[in-house]
Formats: sequence, structure tokens, C-alpha cells
Amino acid sequence: MKSSVTESPAMVVRYIVLVLIVALALVPFLAPKYVVNLLTEILIFGLLAASLDLVLGYTGLASLGHAAFFGAGAYTVGILAVKVQCTSVLSAVPAALLVSIVLALIVGFFSLRTTGIYFLMITLAFGQMLFALVHKWTELSGGSDGCSLGKRPLIQLFSPYFTVDFGDYRHFYLVALVTVLLAFLALRGLVRLPLGHVAVGIRENELRVRFMGFNTFAYKLAMFVISGCFAGLAGILYMYFNAFISPEQLSWIMSGKILVMVILGGVGTLYGSILGAGTLLLMENWLSSYTERWLLILGSIFVFFVLFAPEGLVGIIRGAAAKWGRK
Amino acid sequence: MHELTPYLTQFLNGFAYSMLLFLVAAGMSVIFGLMNVANLAHGTFYMIGGYIGYSVARYTGNFWLSLLVAPVIVAVIGSILEMATLRPLYKRGHLPQVLLTFGFVFIGLDLVKWIWGADIRSIEPPAVLAWSVEIVGQGFPVYRLFLIGFGLLMTLGLWFLLERTSLGAIVRSGVSDKEMAQGLGINISAVFSCTFGLGTGLAAASGVLAAPVLGLFPGIDFDILIVTLVVVVVGGMGTFRGCFWGSLLIGQLDTFGKVLIPRFSLFLIYMAMALILVIKPSGLFGVEER
Repeated sequence: MKSSVTESPAMVVRYIVLVLIVALALVPFLAPKYVVNLLTEILIFGLLAASLDLVLGYTGLASLGHAAFFGAGAYTVGILAVKVQCTSVLSAVPAALLVSIVLALIVGFFSLRTTGIYFLMITLAFGQMLFALVHKWTELSGGSDGCSLGKRPLIQLFSPYFTVDFGDYRHFYLVALVTVLLAFLALRGLVRLPLGHVAVGIRENELRVRFMGFNTFAYKLAMFVISGCFAGLAGILYMYFNAFISPEQLSWIMSGKILVMVILGGVGTLYGSILGAGTLLLMENWLSSYTERWLLILGSIFVFFVLFAPEGLVGIIRGAAAKWGRK
Repeated sequence: MHELTPYLTQFLNGFAYSMLLFLVAAGMSVIFGLMNVANLAHGTFYMIGGYIGYSVARYTGNFWLSLLVAPVIVAVIGSILEMATLRPLYKRGHLPQVLLTFGFVFIGLDLVKWIWGADIRSIEPPAVLAWSVEIVGQGFPVYRLFLIGFGLLMTLGLWFLLERTSLGAIVRSGVSDKEMAQGLGINISAVFSCTFGLGTGLAAASGVLAAPVLGLFPGIDFDILIVTLVVVVVGGMGTFRGCFWGSLLIGQLDTFGKVLIPRFSLFLIYMAMALILVIKPSGLFGVEER
């Protein structure tokens, strides 16, 4: 009897997740275009928020410039398509990931020389630097006009029998769903590796981990670069989804928005990020048609959750579940 | 006209800008030094101060009044915010506090857009200072010379306040050992609120002073925040000297950068920051982190 009590919540969660994934896979066949596109956006931003959670929640590093890596992924895909007519997904995606990784290596190398509040300020400054670069370097990036992808690519597997058209909203939704699910599995696996455990150790007490003989700088840099790589992946998906990106999506407002998603969902949970991204984007979609004061509301949510619900929606749900379990 | 004249003019421009930066950075540094909170809303307080000054100057026509009223109002707002929102977070560590101030940036930006609109505004410099003086064959606005003088005066005043008065001694005691200061009967919570008020008030004063030169628009909050962050990182957070020399360095670098490489001037100051981080991560005058 006792074991069923302790095991059942995990089983219930497993079933819920399975049902959710099946439901998500069925969405494009049942829901209207508007809903499918909104869900695609939620998946992409959920991945982006989860990539930030990897450094914020699992390594204890508050990066305030994460939009930079998102932008690096998106802009690389766009610039390759526009400037060198490279529209092949198979070469654009690795190139964009590589750019994100190199950028994360550079930013991480400098900002990780400091800790705590310094780290946060320096990532913020680097993020704004990239924003300024994209804004001013008009020849390459299109400046404030943004960067368009042009025609979205087709991928033909076992051609010509099976074609994935990135321009078709149903096709692309499934591409995003599969990519984001795989990325989530990778992230979840990563935090269970020794690397993830060392990172959590650094979050709790860096000095102690260093005394145990770990090169904490290398571990932090590794986590930061992996995080930047997944943020870049989200950027790549976004570029194929939206076919357009503007410099504003690299600005501090974007970095802040990602941070709100993580905090709203629940720091250090990964799946909370999807929850946070979903809640925030749904609210933005809904409220933007009623009010122009969206930033005010966003800031207020931010302040409210930091003050009163530091564990986010996941914490609230867990609290409710625990209460329900005791009854 | 001497061939070096443009450089001298730019140097004076940079000096005036440095003094404005110093006021903002000193406010941020005082708050950080005492409370260990990096106030990311510092640019927001600068912007709100500037806009309040704009409204006061517009309705009374008196620049000096706006320079007095705006910092006081912002200082009061800052103290109240500290008491209401930051104080409950002290026991939860520093990260939530910094995140909270980041939330204020969003709220402040939207409030300013709501109240004052998105147009660029400016405050007229006072009539006494609205003329030009000739410096080696070129006109130079007296208002900017006033900024240099006023900035230096404020530097001296702040230094005196923090290093030579009992109020400063109380603040410094709070920096080095909060529990001990509390044990000696100092109401550390009140000191925190006052310091936060002082810091935000300085930012607001800078906002009013800078408005005739830099203008006012939604978004200047973040421009100022970023340059201020670079200043405190370069100079060393929480040190008065670091703030002063950091402001001078970054102010000149930014000003000359804008003349020499207009489009990429911002990168010059980032380069400076990156260089400092490689050579001395704690900043030019910073002490190694405890």
C-alpha cells in the first residue's frame, strides 16, 4: 500500500506527459492555423527559456544577455540565406550552431572571470553590445530593417516520396515539436550527467567544489556554452518559423522576457520553462489586444513572482499537489 | 583656429559627460557598496528624474527648482521601494534583489511612455548658462563647463559626506560589518533606505543635469545603465575612487570614439571593459572579492 502511494505520483506524471505529447502531436491535424502557430512559438521560446534555466537554475549563473545567442542562431541562418544564397538546412543549421557556440565561448570566457552580480552585469553589457553590432552593421544584418529569410526551405527525405516543407505551418510545427522534445531529452540527460552534478555543486558552494579538485571555471564555461548552443538552436527554429528577425529580438527586453519565462515557470526545473513560456506568450497574445501597457504587466508579473512565488508556477503546482496528496 | 582645437573641445565634452556618468555611477556604487545590490533600475531612476525635472521646468520655468525637486521626489520613491520590496528579500540572498530591480526597469519604461509619451524631450539650460564662451578660437557652451564644475563640486561633497562625516562613518560601518553596526545601536534598515534614496537621488540629479545635453527619451534608461555598468566594472564596484577614474576614462573614450569611429564607438568602451576583465577582473581600483 505504502509503495503505491510513493510511486503513483511519478507514474501519474509520466502518464500525463505521455498524453500531453500525443495530444501535441495531434494538434496540427485538429486545430486552426492560428493555434498551431502560437504553439510553435511557445515550443521555441520554451526551449530558449530552458537553455537559460540550464545556467540559471543548474549552475547558479544569472545570464542577462541570453537573447544574444538566440539572435546569433537566427541571424546566421538569415545572413547565410540572403548574402551567400545558402538555403540548405544541412549546412545552415550546423553553421548557425557553431556561431552560437563560438559566441558563447567568447562571452563566457570574459564574463565567467567574475562571479555573482558582476557576471550578471557583464552578460547584460555583452548582450547589448551584440544588439548594437546588429543594429549598426547594416551591410551584413540589414540594420533596423531586420533580416528576412526569403523562401523557406524544403527538405526531401527519401526524395521524392517524403517532403518536409518548412513553409507549411503544419509541417513546421511537427519539425519544431520533434526538435524541442529531443532537445529537452538532451538537456534532461545532461543535468543527470556528472557534468550536471558538478554544476549544481558549483551553484551550492563553488569554493568547496574547487577544493575537491574540480576546475570550476571549465565546468561553468562548459555549461554556459551548452546553454548558448541550445539558445542558438531556438534562434534557428525561430528564423525558419518566422522567416524574419529584427534587432529588437536581441535587446535586453528579449533577454528579460526569457528570464521572466524561467522565473514564472520555476527555476531549476527545465520543464517549468515551457510552462512559463506558454503562460507568458498566451497572456501576451490575449492582453495585447486589450492594452498597450504590456511591458508594465510583464514587469509586474516579474516583480510579483520574485517577491511572492520564487519557485514559480511549478512550485505552486507542487504545493497544491502536496496538499492534495495529504488529504 | 589651432589644429588641436577640435580635440580640446572634444576633451571638454568628454569631461562634462564623465561628470554626469560619475553622478550615476557613484549612486550605483554607494548602493552596491552598502547593500551588495546591483541596482539595475539605476538608469530608470535617472530617466524618471529627468522627466520629472522636465515637467517641473516646463510649468515653473525654473531649471534650478527642477534640479532640486526631481532628485528629492525620486529619492523618496527609491526609499519607499527599498522598504516595500527589497527589504523582504534580504534574507533570500542577492540574486532575487537584482532580478527585482530588473523588473522595475520594465515597469519604469512603460510608465514613462504612458505619462510623457515616446517623443524626445529636452530641458532648456538656465538663461544664466545659455551662452557660449570662446575657447582657443571656437565657441563652447558654458552649460557644459558648468557641468564640469558642478560635477567636481559634487565629487568633493560626496567624498566629504562619506569619508568625513559621522553619517558617512555609519554607512561605512554598515559596509564592513552589518551585525556589529547593528549591535552598536545603529538602525541599519534605516541606513539602507536612506542610502538607496541617496543613490537614486544622485541618478535623478544626473538625469536633470544631462537632459539639456543628451535629451530625454524612453530607452535612455538602458543606454545610461549599460555605460554605468561599464564604468563600475572598469573602475571597481563599490569604490569611490574607481567610480571617479572609471567615469573619466569611459566618458573620454566614448566621446572620442563617437568622433573617430561614429558607428562603432560603443565597442571601444566594451573593449576597455573586456581588457580590464582579462587583466584585473575586480576593476582598476577594486579589491579582490571577499
